[in-house]
Amino acid sequence: MSTGRFAVPYRKLGMLMQIFDLATSDQAFIAEVEARSHQNIRTCYQCGNCTAGCPYTFAYDYSVSQIMRLIQTGQKDAVLKSRALWLCGSCQSCTTRCPNMIDVAQVMDVCRHMAREAGYATERAVKVFADSFLASVERHGRAYELGLMAAYMTRSGRVFTDVDLAPQVLMRGKLPFKPHPIQGREQVARIFERFRKGGQNA
Amino acid sequence: MLKIAYYPGCSGQGTSLEYDSSTRAVCRALDIELMDIPDWSCCGSTPAHTVNHVLSSALSARNLAQVEGMGMDKVMTPCPSCLTNLRTAAHKMEDQEFRAKSNALLDVPCKNTVNAQSVLQVLAENVDPELIKSKVVKPLTGIRIACYYGCIMNRPPELMRFDHHENPMAMDNLMTAIGAEVVPFPLKVECCGASYGIPRGDIVARLSGKLLDAGRDVGADAFVTACPLCQMNLDLRQGQINHALRENFRIPVFYYTQLLGYALGLDRAELGFEKLCVDPRLALGKIKQPAQAR
Ligand code: SF4
Ligand code: SF4
Ligand code: SF4
Ligand code: SF4
Repeated sequence: MSTGRFAVPYRKLGMLMQIFDLATSDQAFIAEVEARSHQNIRTCYQCGNCTAGCPYTFAYDYSVSQIMRLIQTGQKDAVLKSRALWLCGSCQSCTTRCPNMIDVAQVMDVCRHMAREAGYATERAVKVFADSFLASVERHGRAYELGLMAAYMTRSGRVFTDVDLAPQVLMRGKLPFKPHPIQGREQVARIFERFRKGGQNA
Repeated sequence: MLKIAYYPGCSGQGTSLEYDSSTRAVCRALDIELMDIPDWSCCGSTPAHTVNHVLSSALSARNLAQVEGMGMDKVMTPCPSCLTNLRTAAHKMEDQEFRAKSNALLDVPCKNTVNAQSVLQVLAENVDPELIKSKVVKPLTGIRIACYYGCIMNRPPELMRFDHHENPMAMDNLMTAIGAEVVPFPLKVECCGASYGIPRGDIVARLSGKLLDAGRDVGADAFVTACPLCQMNLDLRQGQINHALRENFRIPVFYYTQLLGYALGLDRAELGFEKLCVDPRLALGKIKQPAQAR
């Protein structure tokens, strides 16, 4: 990082490059990502292997190697507000293929946790879907798909985009109308309660 | 007889009923006794680990603790997503400080003594392929199969510790053992679009469409999968994918356990072919009767 500025290609705005000023480098942010992911971000030498194998690059604003570079240079806002964090499918291709043994998928996961904590959700539907899923597990102890759909529609204000699939799944008896409540569902609900009280950040 | 604790996962009760029932049937036929975990709960799937690693670990660890309560040290699950969560939790809990945080969320602490494996791994490592061959009553002669493992069954290798992370062979070997022709499929471990079907259907259409396209290119009559979500994206969403990409794929997508069960001549009611969306007869109809095969 000898120069004062660096640039990344930034397709989505139709600009050739987006310029970041290294004077705004947030050292505490770099340290937090490293501590929470247990990864040494500095060892990334921008080979681009992770991006080459990432199936989601087409949908990202910054590619995964660009996210790595943004973290290295302490660009907290750009990272936490990126849509890429929310679209990462945790497919583990980057982690598997990084020549420096960086668990890149873990870094993406940790940045997503930090984005959530900071109140960002640049792909809102993805966040709402995850929240609805966990709410269903908290309530029933197991995932209950029909309840999850209802919750997702209410929270996202979206109409169920999969109505065309409903006859198929219903006909095949694949969507039970009632959840399968388990005896231990209070135990599961207590996991969530204690989590909210404790605020574990790992 | 091999006895192993069994974690069916939530999808086994809903969208992948036929995976659960065909898994149970195949294991019974191959002398593996499944001991259901009493009162198991959801492992939290992908949403939990995207929110917080301690929460995710605790949701898995509750189930690992239940297995410990059964006096067992190994559990198997058909679902790669469950498997990843169970193995990740166990791996992270090797750190005592992390385990303490995870256990602080639980009623019954987890001692972290359980090894989780996929049903596929148990079949590949504990059942002699010759035994399977000897039990085949309806060989799958004449059908060409693409084996699709999904992105997390074998990755990252340090965590999953099974088969090869770029070119896994466990399902290929099973399909060959029952007489099918396995076609070389280049996208064995590519991601299908995961659980984005609902919030971002366009992503699943693109990624699963790429898989179907590659399958067609290599002349596959059918796919086999080992993952409820992969199966759902490729099969249930095949119509949506066709619509989005202006394609006309019609490729049946089986669970590998369904075809194993078919070849072993197991009760059709347990194999659940009628639960599939793309008509399975498009592939099963190509199986040559022994007389023709000769
Ligand atoms: S593969 Fe590893 S070293 Fe290469 S750009 Fe990605 S994170 Fe950096
Ligand atoms: S884990 Fe995420 S960032 Fe890494 S390759 Fe997969 S989708 Fe891309
Ligand atoms: S990951 Fe999926 S199948 Fe596994 S337990 Fe949880 S919801 Fe269920
Ligand atoms: S390929 Fe898709 S469904 Fe299958 S394991 Fe990966 S994300 Fe899950």
